[in-house]
Amino acid sequence: MYTEKVLEHFRNPRNVGRIEDADGVGKVGNPVCGDVMVMYLKIRDDRIEDAKFETFGCGAAIATSSMATELIKGKTVEEALRVTNRAVAEALGGLPPHKMHCSVLAEEAIRAAIEDYQAKRQRK
Amino acid sequence: MEKARSVIARSIGARDEEIVFTSGGTESNNLAIRGVAQALRKKGNHLVTSSIEHHAVLNVFRALEKEGFVVTYLPVDREGLVHPEDLRKALRPETILVSIMHANNETGVIEPIEELSRVVREHGAVFHTDAVQTVGKIPIQVDALGVDLLSASAHKFYGPKGVGFLYVRKGTRLAPQILGGHHERSRRAGTENVPGIVGMAKALEIAQDEMGEEAGRVGTLRDWLEEELQARVPDIVIVSRGAPRLYNTSLVLVEYVEGESLLLNLDFEGICVSSGSACTSSSLEPSHVLLACGYPHALAHGSIRFSLGKWTTKEEISRVVAVFPGIVEKLRAISPFGKVR
Repeated sequence: MYTEKVLEHFRNPRNVGRIEDADGVGKVGNPVCGDVMVMYLKIRDDRIEDAKFETFGCGAAIATSSMATELIKGKTVEEALRVTNRAVAEALGGLPPHKMHCSVLAEEAIRAAIEDYQAKRQRK
Repeated sequence: MEKARSVIARSIGARDEEIVFTSGGTESNNLAIRGVAQALRKKGNHLVTSSIEHHAVLNVFRALEKEGFVVTYLPVDREGLVHPEDLRKALRPETILVSIMHANNETGVIEPIEELSRVVREHGAVFHTDAVQTVGKIPIQVDALGVDLLSASAHKFYGPKGVGFLYVRKGTRLAPQILGGHHERSRRAGTENVPGIVGMAKALEIAQDEMGEEAGRVGTLRDWLEEELQARVPDIVIVSRGAPRLYNTSLVLVEYVEGESLLLNLDFEGICVSSGSACTSSSLEPSHVLLACGYPHALAHGSIRFSLGKWTTKEEISRVVAVFPGIVEKLRAISPFGKVR
């Protein structure tokens, strides 16, 4: 059902954990649906220096979280906002149709974390 | 084929002519429920079932609702048991059929069929039980159970796939669902699957012979698995541990993690389990059985079912016990839940 790449990211997820002094935190999903993703970003000079995640969910949810953090690390905020769910799924060699919503969740987590960062910055 | 019919009939205390061969449990359930509903439609349009049935039962009732029948879905308690009192209250003058499973496929909980059928008999409705999980595993006598119809599937007792039977008590009116010739006393048209039927009878014979011994051996392994998991992994729930249960099933809920990710990790270790209900593993809904038992969604998503069988060894269970705590710990480390902040 899953590609080698999905299984590999699921077995050895990158960037697991939380960032205590994160500049942006995005929490998306709902335990009722069986998926919750929390993304933590460390941003300096508009560039994503570090990204970490915590996920409650299926294999695809964990693999897409891992891949999403990999894709946005080092990117500018603007570049990161252009990372789509399709890009995450493609980087994993594809997802089964009924698991595509996991990649949507990953995209939403990136957006939510960046929006949190931007909102915090405006308040300063 | 008639010899096979006799073997099967005898094993459940039925008469030969009360056994209808089908393609399996799903067809047996469809034939029983639709068959009775259609045959007795003039008598009434109310049907009763439980909220924890297999989809091969639930979806038949849902389809009948669209055809104008009224269906009551009985609740279950935390252990997953249907209460005879709830059934009594649900019955109406126009109730024609009640269908309640013998044992649940996810939890293994055995419903009090004798008590439930007594309530139905007093009322005069027809009683069907989906016994796919129990035939060949525990002794079944249709008169003692008090059922009018009983569904079974061969592969559940190590017989071939694609064959099963429906017990139909003499005098029970049933509209055939597959139309054609007069096979199976006009209750199920179509040339019978003779090799499947012969294989099913042989498998049932073997299952009957080994039943006592298997129940003891597998039950001991299952209980040991549950004791070890409970002792080694914090924050888990063993579902319906206190209820009458089939000896081969163990449904475990693991807090803070999701079932499929547990399943995949166990699979990497060569251990095959089911997440929630095996038949719905491609759906995103958590188990309707666990929700009916009152478990919250998040916990219902974290379910893992261990099904032990004839070929399960003590070594295999030791392996599960050895690797399971580490797998749970690894997934909990990834999860945002259940941590002290």
